[in-house]
Amino acid sequence: MQVDIAKGILEKNDALAEENRERFARSGVFVVDLMASPGAGKTSTILATIAALRDRYRIAVIEGDIASRVDAEKIAAHGIPAVQINTGGACHLESDMIKRAVDTLDLDEIDLLIIENVGNLVCPTDFDLGEHAKVMILSVPEGHDKPYKYPGIFQVSEAVILNKHDTVGVFDFDEAEFRSVVHDLNPNAPVFALSATKGEGVEAWTEWLAARVEAAKAVQP
Amino acid sequence: MHEMGICDGILTASLEAAARENASRINSINVTIGVLTEVQEDALQFAFSVLTKDSIAEGSTLNVTMVPARSVCGECSAEFVHGRFDAKCAECGSYVCTLVAGRELQIDSIDID
Ligand SMILES: Nc1nc2c(ncn2[C@@H]2O[C@H](COP(=O)(O)OP(=O)(O)O)[C@@H](O)[C@H]2O)c(=O)[nH]1
Ligand SMILES: [Mg+2]
Ligand SMILES: [Zn+2]
Ligand SMILES: [Zn+2]
Repeated sequence: MQVDIAKGILEKNDALAEENRERFARSGVFVVDLMASPGAGKTSTILATIAALRDRYRIAVIEGDIASRVDAEKIAAHGIPAVQINTGGACHLESDMIKRAVDTLDLDEIDLLIIENVGNLVCPTDFDLGEHAKVMILSVPEGHDKPYKYPGIFQVSEAVILNKHDTVGVFDFDEAEFRSVVHDLNPNAPVFALSATKGEGVEAWTEWLAARVEAAKAVQP
Repeated sequence: MHEMGICDGILTASLEAAARENASRINSINVTIGVLTEVQEDALQFAFSVLTKDSIAEGSTLNVTMVPARSVCGECSAEFVHGRFDAKCAECGSYVCTLVAGRELQIDSIDID
């Protein structure tokens, strides 16, 4: 006997993600989900973003990691609220983890919530967390061919950060080719080349983000 | 490995539906997957064979329908099928296109006894 189900496989995750999104909207919080390989510079980019925007916005961070609290401690050392999620082996964050982390934050006291996803170029792409934008970071040492190998993550991202730009010469990174493939995959995504630890090129990225934060505040009910 | 979690979602929904129908056995499960998702069919089949062990779905078939990517052009309204690297209008070459298919992750139906 044939029984129709017609249900999304990730229905539970997607429903909770929608609840998260409604909560963020009620409090006028803009939420960005940063995705990258381990070591690409997610934490460094978050620290550079905090340095650039902390005088304008109240920022909080959710740190996703398979284990350990080191990234949350790095953020908290700068006086920014940071919640650590340990996925206990899972290779990506899901919306229920975000819900539990958000329960510990006072959203009305936050303008910008930054999520550091688990280091992985594959899994985070299919999971809606309730964020407003997914942004991926590729670092120069990973090579300019990565969009060919991991096209999915470039396609779901609203913007692409090219980090460790200070090392372009060392790694023979072909930036023109990189930009051209990213454009083919995702014509509307801006590419921000920057060096998070040196603070170079950060402004174009943070101004893009600031415009999105302003837009989220403007539509707050 | 991402397909384990996806497969767990498929199996949970299928077992729930089978229980509602008082089924003794699941013969097959039909799912639709968009080509732009990160799901690889062979990895999904492997996860399925592992996760169905000792359930009423053990030995059942997972039928996967892969859906190609399709977009509608924002300039000339043409609808076209495309791959990962060429999401641009086949008629007028515009990049201002809206994806309408290719990201599906859907359980369609199950066949039970
Ligand atoms: N040269 C250079 N190194 C960087 C840059 N950004 C991060 N790093 C280094 O890359 C390593 C990993 O950075 P981290 O932010 O922890 O990466 P995450 O694992 O993605 O969070 C650290 O040793 C950083 O100092 C950069 O812009 N230039
Ligand atoms: Mg980190
Ligand atoms: Zn995963
Ligand atoms: Zn067109």
